[in-house]
Amino acid sequence: MSLGKSALRWIDDRFPLSIFIKNHLVNYYAPKNFNFWYFFGSLAMVVLVIQIVTGIFLVMHYKPDAAQAFASVEYIMRDVPLGWLIRYIHSTGASMFFVVIYLHMFRGLMYGSYRKPRELIWLFGVLIYLCLMAEAFFGYLLPWGQMSYWGAQVIINLFAAIPLIGPDLAVWIRGDYVVSDATLNRFFAFHVIALPLVLLGLVTCHLVALHEVGSNNPDGIDIKKNKDKSGVPLDGIPFHPYYTVKDLVGVVVFLMVFTFIVFFAPEMGGYFLEHNNFIPADPLKTPAHIAPVWYFTPFYSILRAIPPMFGSQFPGVVAMGLAVLMLFFIPWLDRGAVRSIRYRGLLYKSWLGLFVIAFLLLGYLGVKPTSVWGQFGGWLGGADRAVVVARFCTLIYFLFFVLMPWYTKIDKTKPEPERVTF
Amino acid sequence: MAKERNVRKRRMLVLGTGAVGLAGGLGASIPFIASMAPSARARAAGAPVEVDLKNLEPGMMVTVEWRGKPVWVLHRTEEMVQSLSEIADEVQDPMSSSPMQPKYAGNRHRSIKPEYLVLVGICTHLGCSPTTKLVVGSGSGLGEDWKGGFFCPCHGSKFDLAGRVYKGVPAPVNLEVPPHMFTMDNSIIIGEEKKA
Amino acid sequence: MRKKIFWAVFVCISQSVLAAESDLPLDKADIDLTDGVSVQRGARTFVNYCLGCHQASYMRFNRLQDIGLTKDQIERNLIFGNQKVGDTMQNAMKHEDAENWFGVAPPDLSVISRSRGADWLYTFLRGFYQDLEKPTGWNNLLFPNVGMPHVLWELQGVRNLRSDPDSAETEKLVLKTKGRLSHAEYDMLIRDLVNYLVFMGEPVRTLRVRLGILILFGLSIFLILAWVLKKEYWKDVHHQLN
Repeated sequence: MSLGKSALRWIDDRFPLSIFIKNHLVNYYAPKNFNFWYFFGSLAMVVLVIQIVTGIFLVMHYKPDAAQAFASVEYIMRDVPLGWLIRYIHSTGASMFFVVIYLHMFRGLMYGSYRKPRELIWLFGVLIYLCLMAEAFFGYLLPWGQMSYWGAQVIINLFAAIPLIGPDLAVWIRGDYVVSDATLNRFFAFHVIALPLVLLGLVTCHLVALHEVGSNNPDGIDIKKNKDKSGVPLDGIPFHPYYTVKDLVGVVVFLMVFTFIVFFAPEMGGYFLEHNNFIPADPLKTPAHIAPVWYFTPFYSILRAIPPMFGSQFPGVVAMGLAVLMLFFIPWLDRGAVRSIRYRGLLYKSWLGLFVIAFLLLGYLGVKPTSVWGQFGGWLGGADRAVVVARFCTLIYFLFFVLMPWYTKIDKTKPEPERVTF
Repeated sequence: MAKERNVRKRRMLVLGTGAVGLAGGLGASIPFIASMAPSARARAAGAPVEVDLKNLEPGMMVTVEWRGKPVWVLHRTEEMVQSLSEIADEVQDPMSSSPMQPKYAGNRHRSIKPEYLVLVGICTHLGCSPTTKLVVGSGSGLGEDWKGGFFCPCHGSKFDLAGRVYKGVPAPVNLEVPPHMFTMDNSIIIGEEKKA
Repeated sequence: MRKKIFWAVFVCISQSVLAAESDLPLDKADIDLTDGVSVQRGARTFVNYCLGCHQASYMRFNRLQDIGLTKDQIERNLIFGNQKVGDTMQNAMKHEDAENWFGVAPPDLSVISRSRGADWLYTFLRGFYQDLEKPTGWNNLLFPNVGMPHVLWELQGVRNLRSDPDSAETEKLVLKTKGRLSHAEYDMLIRDLVNYLVFMGEPVRTLRVRLGILILFGLSIFLILAWVLKKEYWKDVHHQLN
C-alpha cells in the first residue's frame, strides 16, 4: 500500500473523507444533457472564493475610518506591492458575481429548476441573492468616495420613508444623523464578517438541498425515472470526472473574461468603478447625477417609477421590496404541466421574454436620469418618456409573477420526452 | 488494447492539465504574497538616513532613527580604538567572524574607518536597547576594569566600543552593524552601501 | 443565437461612457502613456505650475521612475525644498489659506484624471479667458465661475470672450495678448500635462496592460489543455450505449 493510500485509510477511519468525496462527486449522478447555462453555478462558487481571498488581503491594508478610508484605498492602489491587482480583482468580482448570479437565476426560470421537489434550493438561492445585495451595498460604502457616500445616503433614506418608525430607524441604521464614521465602521463589520458567514452558510444549504434531490436539466424531466439494474439513472453520469472536466473549461473561459476586465477595463467605462467615486466623500456636495451600481438599477428604476402618494415615498419603497420578494413565491405560482421552456407553449415563452426585456430596460433606465429620452408631447404633454416606459416595465415585471398561475396553467404545452435529448 | 491506450492518454492529460493548473495557482498566489511585503510607504519611511560628521567631535556619539530602530554613530578617540586590541581575550568574537556586519566592517574595529563606529542599538539577546557607558573605570558603575562600551539593562549583557559582546553574558553575538557608506562631504549615509 | 445576444449586450456595456456634466463638447486629448518623453514633460509642467497650490498626496516622487526618470534626475529637477524622493507630492500651502484665497481649497490631483477624464482636463485647461468681473480676473468655458485663476496665462496669452456670440466662427475666444507659446505649442504643453495627470491617476496602467496580455496567453494554453481533457473524457458519454 502506498503512503498516500495508507494516509487516506488513516483519515477514513476517523473522518468520512472518502465517503464524502464519493457521495458528492463520483456517485453523484448529474443529467448528461447540461448545456451552456449550467456553468454558472460552479462559476458563482469560483467568484465567491475569489472575493473571500482578495477580501482578506484587502482588509490587511484598508482602514475603516472616515478620515482615512479613501486614502487607504489609494494606498492599496499605489503603495502596496500588487495591491492594485488585488483591489481590481475584488471590484471586478463584485460585478461579475451579479452577472453570474443573474444568468444562474435566469437558467432556473427557463428550465423550471424551482419546481417540486427543488423549492428549497430556489428559496436558499433567493436568500443568497438577497444576502449578496446586502454584501455589495455594504462593501460599496467602504472606498468612501462620493458615489459610496451618496449611494448609502439614498438607500438608507429609503428606510426613513417607512411610516411612523422610519426616521428613527434610519438614524439607528446610520448610528448618526448623517452617514458618518459610525456608519462606515458598522458597514465594514457587516461586509467582512457578518454577511460572509451568512453567505457561506446559505451556500452550504443550497448545495446540500441540491444533492438531496439531484440536479434538474434542460429538458426538465426526472432522470431518476429510468434507472438500470444497479439503480444508476440511465441519463445520469458521475459528476466526477465528467462535469469536473467540463466545468474546468467553463472556469478557464470565465477567468479569461475576468482577466480581460481586470487588466484592460477595470472601470468598465464607469460601470464597475464609477468616475465620481474617485472624489473623496463630501457630505456637503452631492454629485450632479447619482445612480446605484448597475446590478441594483432595475430595482432602483421600480422605486423611481412609483410616484409619491399622500406625500410619501413609501409606496415606491414597498414596490421595490416586493419586486425582490416576488422571487420567493415562484415555486408556488408556476402551475405549468412541464418544467422546461422547451416544452412550454407560446404564452409562457412570451411572458418570460417580456419579463427579461422589462428587467433589462429597467436596469438601463436606472443608470440614466429620467430625462434621458426627452418628454412626450400631445395628450401626455410634459411627461418624461423614460418614466412612462419605466412604469410600463414595472407593470410587466409584477404581472409576470401575479399572472403566472393563470398563464402557466392555460399554456399549450408540448409532451415531454421519456429520455433527455442529448 | 484500445482501452489501455485511452487510460495512458488520460493520465498524461490529467498530469499536463494539473501541472499547468498548479503553475497557474502558484502564479495567482504571487500578488497575495507580494502584498504582505513592506509597502512603498514603509520603504520610504525606512529610507537611508544621512548623518553629518562635521560637528561630531572625538568621543561624542549621536543616535538617529533608521527603519524605526536606534542607530548609534560614535566618533572613537585614539585611546578608544587602542583599547579594542587590549580586551581581545575578553570578547567572544574579537575579529567579527560571525555575520553581524557588512563585509567591509568585518575587522577588529568593526567599521570602515577605525574612528567611526555605526551600530544598531538593539541588544542581540532579546531586543532591548543597551545604555551607553563610554566612561572608563568605576565611574561607569561597571567596575574598575571597564574599558567603555554598552550595557544592556534588561539582562546585563555587555558590549565593548566596537559592539563586540563580552564572554559570559546572555547575548549570543555582537551588535549589528547596519549597511552604511561615507559621502564626499564628510557625512555618513546609513542604509545605503557603495556599489562594488 | 442567445450567446450572440449575450455578447452584444456585454460589448455595449463595456463601450458606453458616462455623460459629462457640461454640455460643451470635449476636445480629444489623444493621450499616449507609452510616450514617456511626453509624460516626463508633463511631470515637469506639473511640478512647476500645479504643485504650488494643488497636492498629489497619494503620489510618491519615486514613482516617476516608472516613466523612465532616475532617482537622481527626480531629485535634481523635480523636487524643490527639502522633500525626499520617497515622499508624496505635498505642498506647503495651508488648507485655510487656500480657502480664503480661492473660495475653495484646490483639490488633490492624484486621481483627478480618473474622476474627470483626460478629455475634460484637456478642454478645461485650454478654456480659460479673461473676465475682470471675477475675483481672480479669469473664467473658464467648461467650468464657469471656477475658483482657479489661469496659471499658465503667460504661456498661452490673454484671451477674451468673443463679443458677437452669433458669429459664424466656431472659436468662442479671441486672443488679446500673445503669450510665450503659439497656439499649437500651448496645446502640446497641455496634452503633455494631461498625459502626465492620466499617468499619475493610475501609475500602474501600462504595466497592467502588459501583465494582462501575459496572463491571457497563459490561460489560453490552459484552456486548450482543459478542452482536450474534456473531449477525451466525454467520449465515454458520447459512446455510451443507451
